[in-house]
Amino acid sequence: METQQAALSAKDFVTDQDVRWCPGCGDYSILKQVQTVLPDLGIPRENIVFVSGIGCSSRFPYYMETFGMHSIHGRATAVASGLKATRPELSVWIVSGDGDSMSIGGNHLIHLLRRNFDVNLLIFNNEIYGLTKGQYSPASPEGKITKSSPMGSIDHPFNPAALALGADATFFARSMDRDPIHLREILKRSNAHKGSSVVEIYQNCNVFNDGAFEVFTEKGTKKMETLFVETGKPLLFGEGQNKGIKLDGFTPRVVDLTSGESANDLWIHDERDRVKAQILSRFFDDPKKENHLPRPFGIFYQEDRFCYEDALNAQIEDAVKAKGKGDLDALLRGKNTWSIN
Amino acid sequence: MSTTLETKKNVAIMFAGDSGDGIQLTGTQFTDTAALLGNDISTFPNFPAEIRAPQGTLAGVSGYQLHFGSVEIFTPGDGCDVLVVMNAAALKANLKGLHTGGIIIANTDGFDIKNLKLAKYPDGVNPLKDGSLEKFKVYEIDVTKMTRTALADSGMGTKEIDRSKNMFVLGFIYWMYNRDMSNSIAFLQEKFKKRPDLIEANLKVLKAGYNYGETTETFNARYEVKAAKMQKGEYRNIMGNQAAALGLIAAANKSNLSLFYGTYPITPASDILHELAKYKNFGIRTFQAEDEIAAVCSTIGASFGGSLGVTASSGPGIALKGEAIGLATMLEIPLVICNIQRGGPSTGLPTKTEQADLLQAMYGRNGEGPVAIISASTPSDCFDTAYEACRIAVEHMTPVFFLSDGYIANGSEPWIFPSAKDLKPIKVDYAKARNPEDAKFLPYKRDEKLVRPWAIPGTKGLEHRVGGIEKENETGNISYDPDNHELMVNLRAQKIERIADYIPLQQIDNGPAKGKLLILGWGSTYGSIKTAVIEALSEGYEVAHAHVRYLNPFPKNLGQILSNYDTVLMPEINSGQLIKMVRDKYLIPAIGFNKVKGMPFTSTEIKNKIVELLK
Repeated sequence: METQQAALSAKDFVTDQDVRWCPGCGDYSILKQVQTVLPDLGIPRENIVFVSGIGCSSRFPYYMETFGMHSIHGRATAVASGLKATRPELSVWIVSGDGDSMSIGGNHLIHLLRRNFDVNLLIFNNEIYGLTKGQYSPASPEGKITKSSPMGSIDHPFNPAALALGADATFFARSMDRDPIHLREILKRSNAHKGSSVVEIYQNCNVFNDGAFEVFTEKGTKKMETLFVETGKPLLFGEGQNKGIKLDGFTPRVVDLTSGESANDLWIHDERDRVKAQILSRFFDDPKKENHLPRPFGIFYQEDRFCYEDALNAQIEDAVKAKGKGDLDALLRGKNTWSIN
Repeated sequence: MSTTLETKKNVAIMFAGDSGDGIQLTGTQFTDTAALLGNDISTFPNFPAEIRAPQGTLAGVSGYQLHFGSVEIFTPGDGCDVLVVMNAAALKANLKGLHTGGIIIANTDGFDIKNLKLAKYPDGVNPLKDGSLEKFKVYEIDVTKMTRTALADSGMGTKEIDRSKNMFVLGFIYWMYNRDMSNSIAFLQEKFKKRPDLIEANLKVLKAGYNYGETTETFNARYEVKAAKMQKGEYRNIMGNQAAALGLIAAANKSNLSLFYGTYPITPASDILHELAKYKNFGIRTFQAEDEIAAVCSTIGASFGGSLGVTASSGPGIALKGEAIGLATMLEIPLVICNIQRGGPSTGLPTKTEQADLLQAMYGRNGEGPVAIISASTPSDCFDTAYEACRIAVEHMTPVFFLSDGYIANGSEPWIFPSAKDLKPIKVDYAKARNPEDAKFLPYKRDEKLVRPWAIPGTKGLEHRVGGIEKENETGNISYDPDNHELMVNLRAQKIERIADYIPLQQIDNGPAKGKLLILGWGSTYGSIKTAVIEALSEGYEVAHAHVRYLNPFPKNLGQILSNYDTVLMPEINSGQLIKMVRDKYLIPAIGFNKVKGMPFTSTEIKNKIVELLK
């Protein structure tokens, strides 16, 4: 059996269902990367469960040859919580979108994170409502012109990284559909983290919000606009890594390494540093703004904290130790009885 | 001094006072003793909606009604024979329930100017002094003063001393009903075992109350209520919500499933959570979710994983769970939804009772999402009904509503508790693992009950996807095919209908099998109807009583039973809900009898209606 499992390949995770996303959708790449990564994780296929809500991304479970549930809008996190609480040995993956996770499901998202169930939460962020054909989402930038905001959205958007860290997430990372190598690495790290891992994936909706992330993916702008962080390494970006980020007190400043600034003085990334992670999460400027900071990708933060399901099961074990395994007859009888003869 | 000892068949006592007066404890202590002495009993607590309403006000009155007797008792009593009031507000709030000629025991300290004003009596009016209570026997006792005197040398502060006032009253009532106090003495010794000073103080006041009755010449009548001729067996006292919790635990135990209880606190359902949370050593996982939606969704997740998934709420919370219950009808997985009903709509009357969520259970989802519905009729019946809800859910892979309400949830009665081995077995088989060479797994292939397999994660070869989108028959794949949709809608409906083959036939509770009048009830109206019908039968009226537990599907013989009577009367604590379902299914001209006051029917109301219809 061991050898059988070792022999799993990406195609073992492909179902017989036609994938029905629009041609060119970023979801295809994410599906491919997940199917590619899973065989390497050494988890028996029957122990993997994908749970989703509603939205384009939430069709994901139908395309994964694992156990899966396409639940209702915003509630995948809640469904997964109950599953993980009762079946801690399962590998539970939640697939959600920006609307599903942060609008209708916003409440369950923050409570999942504070409880820290050991699950992987993939948020496909396309900054738009795709399935309902193009309304602004809670991640759409201010001023976004959509079908429901012809004069521009007046909703201030969520900053998913700050939201997750604010809810005490124990793992937050950002990646994108157009960078398969990076995405695969982040997926593996997310799975390796014990606790709720949030992976925000910038995903292009080529029909309703095409090019929303192109400054981060196109050759001409990518190097200046993206900042790939890795623990132990300085925060470098730009053409030939010619720019860096320095912390001036709590204020990040862009420095030009070609004009005499030393790389030794730069901010060295440490994914275990909560304070720095909070600052990093605020690198969320509109790329059109002058003097804006680049957008970070990679693992912002992770920490070890007990998981809800472990604490729950520990209480059960403690109760059994203290009181003995439940005796139904004693329970039904209670403390005070009397007989009528 | 000579006291008379009068024997009574049954007595209803209402204990009432400020919510801080320890009324519930006084009531439950007297109840436990009555039960141990062999009386049949029924109780009903009446809490104020506010947790700590201002002291002495009408809003802050807490009540506990106990009906006990040497005859069979089915309700907490239409009114009371004895009204114990700790203050003026308690009197004002409860006087209309006291029978003419009844006894009032009043704590005079609670009738000072301040308390009279808080109770909104006009200036200068004291009901104890103005002759307005002349239809009753009034016993005035300065409970506060007596309690303080009893504990004068205890070294305790006045505030702490005053907390024992309820023990004085309890002691006095024990004297009045000639009761042995050893059960309460043992209770106090256990409750305060870490505070010997409090044991001593409370026992002193309890005995002072008893001795006060014995030595004061004011009271010349004592009463005796002999043991009831009850069914032989071993009894305990049980409240409805407690019984529901035990029913769930028993079902999990008998089905070898682990119980997951996902819920969000709401009156009057929360006590089930409190009860279950105590029994982690039974492997029970209680999950206090962030909201009602997460409560039901986490339960669906647990059920998908193979647990016995139970969620609970009251009307407003059930409304929020609607979409997820619809999902469970599509997933066709077990889910028990407990609705401990209260007055609605919206926030309604949280601490009052109503039966107005039946149609919500029946139809409260988008599209056609049939579910099974069963209802409990008495506090102890909550055990059997909760157990049965679990059995139907797992054996038929469906959501099942368990309906109870505030009246029976908080009420209590003696219960011949079952032994684990006598409980009906619950059959659960998860789908078995498959090998690659086996035929493809079909998650929506049905058995003779039209039930699909429960294929839980972790089982090799059963990897499959479920969801809320319409399923293709057998494969469970997404399907938008028009004919398939109609087929699936019909299959889901037939699956629920077919449960009728696996539930008991409807019984007649009382009265002739054919005749002039049938009272058809459901839920918590049981006790009032039963009492009224027994009385009417003894007076020669031709009336029968049937009480429906299975509300969807109905028992197969229900239509036949209904056709055996000239008239069918349906009392409900709503504006007529079951009657709509009965008329719709059986096309009979049933007559509704409705009350929507947040209060149960009295048996007199039902009895008068019977007389009116049969005269």
